[in-house]
Amino acid sequence: MENAFGLIYTGDASMQLRELTFSRSVAAVPFGGRYRTIDFMLSDLVNTGIYNVGIIAQKNYHSLMDHLESGKEWDLHRKRDGLFILPPFVTHDNTGVYRGTVDAIRSCMGYIRRSSQKYVVLMGSHTIYNTTYNEMISEHIKSGADITIMYNRTPVYDRKEQFDDLRIKFDKDGRVTDLALNPAITDTEFCSCDAFVMEKTTLEYLVEDAYAHALYDFTNDVLVSNVDRLNIRGWEYTGFVARLNSVNDYYKYNMALLDKAVSKELFSHEHPIYTKIKDEFPASYVGEGYAKNSVVADGCVIEGSVENSVLFRGVHVAPGAVIRNSIIMQGAYIGPDSVLDCVILDKGVNVLEGRTLSGHGSYPVILRKGTVV
Amino acid sequence: MPKKKMIAMLLAGGQGSRLGVLTKSMAKPAVPFGGKYRIIDFPLSNCVNSDIDTVGVLTQYEPLALNAYLGSGQPWDLDRMNGGVFVLPPYVSGSDGKWYSGTANAVYQNIAFIDQYDPEYVLILSGDHIYKMDYARMLQYHQAMHADATIAVLTVPMEEASRFGIMNTDEGGRIVEFEEKPKHPKSNKASMGIYIFNWKILRPYLVNDEQDKASSHDFGKNIIPNLLNAGANLYAYGFTGYWKDVGTIGSLWEANMDLLGAKPEFKLSDKDWRIYSKSPAMPPHYIGSEAEVRNSLVSEGCVVYGNVEKSVLFTGVHVGANSVIRDSIVMPNAVIGENVTVEKAIIGEGACVENGAHIGAERLESDGDYDTKLTGDITLVANTVTVPEGRRIPVGMIVK
Repeated sequence: MENAFGLIYTGDASMQLRELTFSRSVAAVPFGGRYRTIDFMLSDLVNTGIYNVGIIAQKNYHSLMDHLESGKEWDLHRKRDGLFILPPFVTHDNTGVYRGTVDAIRSCMGYIRRSSQKYVVLMGSHTIYNTTYNEMISEHIKSGADITIMYNRTPVYDRKEQFDDLRIKFDKDGRVTDLALNPAITDTEFCSCDAFVMEKTTLEYLVEDAYAHALYDFTNDVLVSNVDRLNIRGWEYTGFVARLNSVNDYYKYNMALLDKAVSKELFSHEHPIYTKIKDEFPASYVGEGYAKNSVVADGCVIEGSVENSVLFRGVHVAPGAVIRNSIIMQGAYIGPDSVLDCVILDKGVNVLEGRTLSGHGSYPVILRKGTVV
Repeated sequence: MPKKKMIAMLLAGGQGSRLGVLTKSMAKPAVPFGGKYRIIDFPLSNCVNSDIDTVGVLTQYEPLALNAYLGSGQPWDLDRMNGGVFVLPPYVSGSDGKWYSGTANAVYQNIAFIDQYDPEYVLILSGDHIYKMDYARMLQYHQAMHADATIAVLTVPMEEASRFGIMNTDEGGRIVEFEEKPKHPKSNKASMGIYIFNWKILRPYLVNDEQDKASSHDFGKNIIPNLLNAGANLYAYGFTGYWKDVGTIGSLWEANMDLLGAKPEFKLSDKDWRIYSKSPAMPPHYIGSEAEVRNSLVSEGCVVYGNVEKSVLFTGVHVGANSVIRDSIVMPNAVIGENVTVEKAIIGEGACVENGAHIGAERLESDGDYDTKLTGDITLVANTVTVPEGRRIPVGMIVK
């Protein structure tokens, strides 16, 4: 058990994920055949021994609440602490619409104040990895830092692919000397993983202080502008990190799971990733149906051919259908003799007989939830 | 405690000795089935889907695996404020205490448990069968017939009838005679071991049977005949649909094979009648570039580099490159190395078959004499056993 609680901000309004976030927050975006993005954050916390988790919801959180329910799948339905979904609500000092992350965190000060743990792990919801925070928290305590940022080494992004790209520079003692958000030019490969450890009182102070100065963005107004004032340090994560910055990244990182080394790292036996259980039957390969170099979830019925693809739960591939280089989300039906190449089908898409859809690896075609082709 | 209309008592004490090494360290109801299930998931899911929320599971043989599996009952939605799933082992009371000596005795020893809920009806189930059944409809029939007890029956081929407990009924479905494994059966209505009793009627019969020193304290041998002799209203409830006793190696293998194909004998994909099970939190399965999987079931957590045909792979199974798995069942977390051949076999939970081994190879004279009474032509590798590199295991052999 760690003396910490988790606070996950799910309000990121990422327009760069296009159709995938039309009706859901990034936290609820399906990933890896049977998961939602938030499963990774929640499992990381629970595997750390953190059982008090607040989720700040802002927009389109219906899908997220539907997924989380009571939190029992993550062992977070507890009498002491557990899962707290914190949607916006209107009071005299909370207008219900947040002007930024500071505003959002400030509106759930009640929850933060009531949490009995000394430390907080503050996280965003579009960075996927599998780790525990135990080492990071003990490093934080030992170093005496005000804030510890989890980071990894990531090559500089193309401008189009940049989203909340927080670049970090350190001095030789490991103290952060510069933070830059979405810099056009940068010479550092150290990139924030969107997870921060600090004392609860530090968070309370920084948020109130920013708010009092009419500053509303946590990254810009609290972190970037306070580099000189605060002792900010880093904790390096060397494992696999998937940042869902854009549709291309989404496509790339789902496909990365076809690499054995990556999937082994993201789904370790020691630190399982928990998700909502659907009680689907095992995947059934029928007749001429087969799959090659693919990830296939339970509940799929494969009567056609599937190559280099990720199939979520309950996808039905009819005889003669061909799926290549694609991501097919839950409950899709792919009709007989249809051909799909480089497409992302959102949940419940119905592709009728003989249709052909083709994108390109650099520009996958997305079909919205429930589309009938 | 609020009164319950009907509660279920699930007899899960059987050792399942005909399953050989598979039940060496677990009771038969805990044996894996169908890729991600265990046998007990079927009666439990049937209960939940039939709106029965209180289930006593009577266990006494190797209960650890079963206890650990059932836990709080959450996977079956049986973690209830009032009711839920209860594991009921034999216990010592005062200076007395004894093992369950028969099916009726097991329920007798738990009269206090049942009385807590003051149920009108008690459903008796066994944890040995694979089937989907709506017990609520059986109860409706029981009520409509004003029966004292109702026994679910299945029409079996006449030539097989002498293997079962046979119910001879009149035209209205009332049971007039019960014969346990008759040499010359008069009907082909076989008891499925599923009973609904009016608790007020069953209770004194259990108490009286306990006093009878000559009784074997069994529902089929004692309680049902006693009720019939006393002229009670016993009805047969006809069940149509898939039902399989998976008590032998052969029937366990067959029942798994019945799940394969576009129109399987037994359909698990019924959205209105889901079978619930405990999820091991594993990622979706992965099929490698050189792998070939045909006509098979593959569960979460599997990683397949070899060829799999007409087989059932349970959760977390690994199949190495250039290996061939045919007509086989590979139970959870088993590891199959490279260049391995597995034909018509059951590979136990967590077993390891090292590179180049051949399971189910043609029997040679040099293999000598070994017992295939339990296995027939199915080769069996016990749970957690390692088959060393290059080893040849002939048809029907059991590797312990």
